[in-house]
Amino acid sequence: MSYTLLIIALPALMFLILGLLGNKMKPVVAGVLGTLSLAVITVVAYITGYEYFFGGVGKAGGEAFQSIIPLNFEWLRFTEHLHIDLGIMLDPISVLMLVVITTVSLMVHIYSLGYMKGEKGFQRYYAFLSLFSFSMLGLVVATNIFQMYIFWELVGVSSYSLISFYYTKPSAVAASKKAFIVTRFADLFFLIGILIVSFYSETFDFATLTNPDAPFVGTALGASFMGISALSWALMFIFIGGAGKSAMMPFHIWLPDAMEGPTPASALIHAATMVVAGVFLVARLFPIYFFGTPEVLTIIGYIGAITAAYAAMVACAQTDIKRVLAFSTISQIAYMITAMGVSGYGGHDGLGYMASLFHLFTHAFFKALLFLGAGAIIHAVHSNEMKDMGGLKKYMPIARWTFLIACLAIAGIFPFSGFFSKDEIMVAAFHHDKVIFTILYIVAGLTAFYMFRLYYRIFHYENDKHYHHAPHDAGATMSIPLIILAIFSIFSGFVPFSELITADRLPFEAHIDIPIASASIAVALVGIGIATVMYRKKTNMADKFIAMFPWLYKGAANRFYFDEMWLFVTRKIIFNCISRPIAWFDRHIVDAFMDSLAHVTNAASDKIKGLQSGHIQQYALVYLVGALLFVAAFALCVVCFICK
Amino acid sequence: MNILSLFVLVPVLMLLAFIPCRNIKQVRTVGVIGAVIELAMAVVLLFMFFAAREADPISEMLFVYDAVWFESMNIHYSIGVDGISVLMILLTAVIIVTGTFASWNIDPLPRDFFMWLTLLSVGVYGFFISVDMFTMFFFYEIALIPMYLLIGLWGTGKKEYSAMKLTLMLMGGSAFLFVGILGIYYYSGLNSFNMLEVAANGAIPIEMQRWIFPLTFLGFGVLGALFPFHTWSPDGHASAPTAVSMLHAGVLMKLGGYGCFRIAMRLMPEAADELGWIFLILTGISVVYGAFGAIAQTDLKYINAYSSVSHCGLVLFAILMWNQTAMTGAVMQMLSHGLMTALFFALIGMIYGRTHTRDIRELGGLMKIMPFLAVCYVLAGLASLGLPGLSGFVAEMTIFVGSFEHTDMFHRVFTIIACSSIVITAVYILKVVGKILYGPVVNDHHLELTDAVWYERVATVGLILCVAGMGMFPGWISSLISSSIHF
Repeated sequence: MSYTLLIIALPALMFLILGLLGNKMKPVVAGVLGTLSLAVITVVAYITGYEYFFGGVGKAGGEAFQSIIPLNFEWLRFTEHLHIDLGIMLDPISVLMLVVITTVSLMVHIYSLGYMKGEKGFQRYYAFLSLFSFSMLGLVVATNIFQMYIFWELVGVSSYSLISFYYTKPSAVAASKKAFIVTRFADLFFLIGILIVSFYSETFDFATLTNPDAPFVGTALGASFMGISALSWALMFIFIGGAGKSAMMPFHIWLPDAMEGPTPASALIHAATMVVAGVFLVARLFPIYFFGTPEVLTIIGYIGAITAAYAAMVACAQTDIKRVLAFSTISQIAYMITAMGVSGYGGHDGLGYMASLFHLFTHAFFKALLFLGAGAIIHAVHSNEMKDMGGLKKYMPIARWTFLIACLAIAGIFPFSGFFSKDEIMVAAFHHDKVIFTILYIVAGLTAFYMFRLYYRIFHYENDKHYHHAPHDAGATMSIPLIILAIFSIFSGFVPFSELITADRLPFEAHIDIPIASASIAVALVGIGIATVMYRKKTNMADKFIAMFPWLYKGAANRFYFDEMWLFVTRKIIFNCISRPIAWFDRHIVDAFMDSLAHVTNAASDKIKGLQSGHIQQYALVYLVGALLFVAAFALCVVCFICK
Repeated sequence: MNILSLFVLVPVLMLLAFIPCRNIKQVRTVGVIGAVIELAMAVVLLFMFFAAREADPISEMLFVYDAVWFESMNIHYSIGVDGISVLMILLTAVIIVTGTFASWNIDPLPRDFFMWLTLLSVGVYGFFISVDMFTMFFFYEIALIPMYLLIGLWGTGKKEYSAMKLTLMLMGGSAFLFVGILGIYYYSGLNSFNMLEVAANGAIPIEMQRWIFPLTFLGFGVLGALFPFHTWSPDGHASAPTAVSMLHAGVLMKLGGYGCFRIAMRLMPEAADELGWIFLILTGISVVYGAFGAIAQTDLKYINAYSSVSHCGLVLFAILMWNQTAMTGAVMQMLSHGLMTALFFALIGMIYGRTHTRDIRELGGLMKIMPFLAVCYVLAGLASLGLPGLSGFVAEMTIFVGSFEHTDMFHRVFTIIACSSIVITAVYILKVVGKILYGPVVNDHHLELTDAVWYERVATVGLILCVAGMGMFPGWISSLISSSIHF
């Protein structure tokens, strides 16, 4: 399987070529080169997937899927035991991710040929896409947690570069800064978590770190800090790292702003691949979470559920179509995170784990499709705002139908892909925790509502809206990816996931739970129904509804003021109350003290410099006074001596 | 002749060669040829060191040479190198070459400028090859004095004040240091300045160590920007001309860490163990305080100076952890910080040379105007905030992992505090990048400015290659350093 090296090496090479020589080539050449290289690695990834799952490679050692390490070398040695290796590890989840990432990335590459045509910095855009593909692929095949951290940082910087692609636009610059700093803050915890874990395990290797029987688990559970075991601290911190990338509350604030980047890049990075890194991280370390610190897993489940509810509420009140999609992404990733939190281990108990990754898989396609569709619409009407759209169904049939398919998939309508994955999550939540199930159930209805609100506002609503330039479907480079992704969105639910990707890597029998499935379809249909009534035609029902709950609407439209809270902490507290005073203290206290040493010396020497005046009379006087003082002192001593 | 002595001899010959130079072209020629010879020698030395190490895996120092210099005090011109000094010499050579290119159009008095700069390099090279503490101190002072004139004459802003402050504070440090060295000389029971001898056979009583250790650590610590003795750094770096900032932040500040390791920690480990916590707190403060201080600055050079306080604080922090990994990380951080801060100062110098301002509020949109310099600046920034693949990451991670290996909880908690600097660094780096490179052009006159010319490109590309090379292939550097550290 050593050919998998190509999957990593080719995008890296392409990044260097496009990054260094990009401005020497024609834009089209750069775009085609990037796309071709991605097509090659997509093929390689599919071959790898086939060989691994169905070609007998993965099951070479028996019933369970094995981890195969075709390549691993030492990169940097820290201590006798600790060293960072770079390598490739193939196991069910990494192979799954390879397939997902290459597929979506290829679609985005093709789509961007049309979407980004004529943009300044076209070559740079493709260079960053290659950098991103390289880092993301390197992240999922990591053989050890430090390699993962390395690529984790690299995806962060590629995301930063793509968000700030339109670097002359202040809002894009601010968004990129925010995204990087918020995720960096979370990554700090990831790093601390790694340090704590490796302190006890003396290795970074996933082989040991995912083995719940390894001796370090016992010692790390035994050691406690502030009443909580070291392992819990570590795994909680590592999860915070994942929560940062996956935009879980309260780190979600960067993702909506990240939509300032080019839309296809948002589709790739901020919808389908990078933002699910947190889910991947929990999945990667799942055995240790489950057997070592089940309480952390419970927290994860609740964080996911709360985030899902929050994001869905906010999504209902947004008017920028990319922001609706961004909040829907947060909400859907929260589903995956929750599913991890409610999962057991082994057999049907491990349903949550399987469902989480299943949802990751299906979501990648329909969410990428939604974003690319939104891109096509924005391209046509030159606006992100819902008020500039409406009635587009007659102008853009391809965009309309593919968008509708994606909406049905995300709403969880049978037989679209989202139905299957979401249903499994619901079942897992139902058997594990009724509170979480209830939240997810309501969110499913909200999801259907806001997605169809979006759909109707774009394609129906004001059916007779007048456009200056009649919008039309984009060219083949943009439409073909939409159609391909639509096909994936319809059929990817039929993949027999429970036979391929499970917590203990043994296949189990999963079936659709009819009562729960029909209940969730019912709530989705209710959501769609309400959206249809309110938004299919232009009515004042929505306004009436808003007038009923003005505070709720206002809160949701302002994202419940989370951004303001963060701004308050960073601007007011950290900048004004820490950073500025430190700068002042440094200049006016520390430095002034050093300066005052000089001033005192200066002043003292100024005072005594009169002694060197050159006036003989003065010298004689001083001499005389000194001599007299000596004599007096001597006489005093003599007197004292005699008296004694 | 011993190859190490050549490192001192070549700059001395350069000084002679400068004398007859009549115009800036001749000065440049001599400067570039000399610096390139030094660089070539440093590379040759590296390979010779590998070969010699293969042949002799036992001795601590290689290429040793010893000549009595001043008999009655038992002072020797005693030289030798281990892996750490070889890397430091290489760093110095790289920065002097790039610094020469960066001060291509120095004005006025180019000849005198280069002569002082070369004299400074004599001191630095001499410092890194010395084994005898007195000789080391001698070279250390040689390196300090030219700084005064270089800043006072060729600087900008309130240059006289800054030059005076920098020199006096560093001189104050070296006064502590000298007392410390004398203490070692007398109380080790050997009457010897040779640090290898003292390390092997010396027995400094613990009561004496208790005051010698703080003296030497502080003495070198001042140069390593130890809180609260770092205040020379912002003013000094801000006023200094480009090449001097590069050399000072890139190399001279490393003398501090190097000396702390070689003399303070190495010769007095017991006192280090006992009193280390005080300095650990101070360095911990340096790391976080410097980074927070940088956020509030508006002058590019001040930002970079405070960032240096933070990064150099990390060097001393790691040295105090006193284990092999952290120490390896400390040396890597010296290299990494040396390269990237030199890159920063070079770029700031180039931007300042065009826009005549370093105030971030008056700059904006430079990416559009001078894309080459702007991309280099972004790369330097990414290196500084520890992006994997560039030098900062490997150095910082080695330090963090090494420090966290410490068995004591206090040290581990402090490591976590120091780790937080990676976030604060990201804040001030991205703030600057976002403000001056991205966004709209603030000043329309800037639109007429040009991008980097060839000699500027040589300087920046050279440094970037080193930063990226170290970040991508850190293995050999790390093993070269750790094999030179013995406990």
